[in-house]
Amino acid sequence: MTFINYAAKEINCKIVYYGPGLGGKTTNLQHIFTKTAPERKGKMISLATEADRTLFFDFLPLDLGTIRGFTTRFHLYTVPGQVFYDASRKLILKGVDGVVFVADSQRERMEANVESIRNLEANLKEHGFDLSAIPYALQFNKRDLPNVMPVDEMYRMLNFKREPTFEGIAPQGVGVFDTLKAVAKQILIELRKK
Amino acid sequence: MTTAHMEVFEEELGRLEAALNRLRHDSNAKAVFLIDKNGQQIAAAGDVEDFDSTSLASLTAGNVAATDGLAKLIGEREFSVLFHEGKRDHIHISIVAKRAILLVIFDERSSLGLVRLRVKRASAEMDRIFDDMTRKSELGPEGRVEPSPFAEITDEDIDSLFSD
Repeated sequence: MTFINYAAKEINCKIVYYGPGLGGKTTNLQHIFTKTAPERKGKMISLATEADRTLFFDFLPLDLGTIRGFTTRFHLYTVPGQVFYDASRKLILKGVDGVVFVADSQRERMEANVESIRNLEANLKEHGFDLSAIPYALQFNKRDLPNVMPVDEMYRMLNFKREPTFEGIAPQGVGVFDTLKAVAKQILIELRKK
Repeated sequence: MTTAHMEVFEEELGRLEAALNRLRHDSNAKAVFLIDKNGQQIAAAGDVEDFDSTSLASLTAGNVAATDGLAKLIGEREFSVLFHEGKRDHIHISIVAKRAILLVIFDERSSLGLVRLRVKRASAEMDRIFDDMTRKSELGPEGRVEPSPFAEITDEDIDSLFSD
């Protein structure tokens, strides 16, 4: 749910990074945080376990500049990817404007990717959203690892509505901003329709 | 899709800020924040610069969402009030107009009883303001004083956001 403050001339949108555990959602946010100028970002918050796994969410507020005189803010969230945190994942999708799905390119994680997309679809539905209609981008992360599945095979398996898809190596920043831009653009185009 | 926007206009924002200022004064609180349930700050009053309000808004919304989840698990509709007691500062969290969160930060100069009492009164007033805001929003672009600035967004406008 985009929050438009006409008095303060601000648009606030919420983007959620979804995907299986250890797929690189938090690393995407960390890279964005590192590469964004201090005046354009707020504090990054990570609610993590002692072992540094996401427990509830990571949060990063970004200010992308102005559009038609309105300051455009994006609030980026990640969900905990581990299967048993489903209740938390559902909560974080509340009021979402766009979703980035971070898929793990390693062959042995394909089943987890597919299961996570199904889970995303079901959880969005509970909030009244339709994955086929919501702004959405797909990232094939971890392309630098040796045991990855070929991109075209992954595309056939995971891409279902020709959503913008990017290859990523999140710790090096490859594909990170391209993925963010793709989903942010779709959100702003949606605004035009409303 | 349920992507109804929340829209805040100058007039209602002024009324909300006045209500928050009154609440802060009457409850002797350090600061009060009004946050939408998705974690965006709507308005604030008091010593707000002492706090990282963006983080505060996001964590408060997460806190309320998690507590709502707990309530449903045990068959309650919601827990309408949350209270966090610290050594020095305390936080009182309540739901306003079913869609916003009122956060009051206070210390020993106030008390939980006083905050609860004043929050109750302020909430009733804010309910009315939110009703007015919803009505205005439902009028659509034609009924608004301010025309929607987004209908005219061009691809160039969007690209310019990512140019640097």
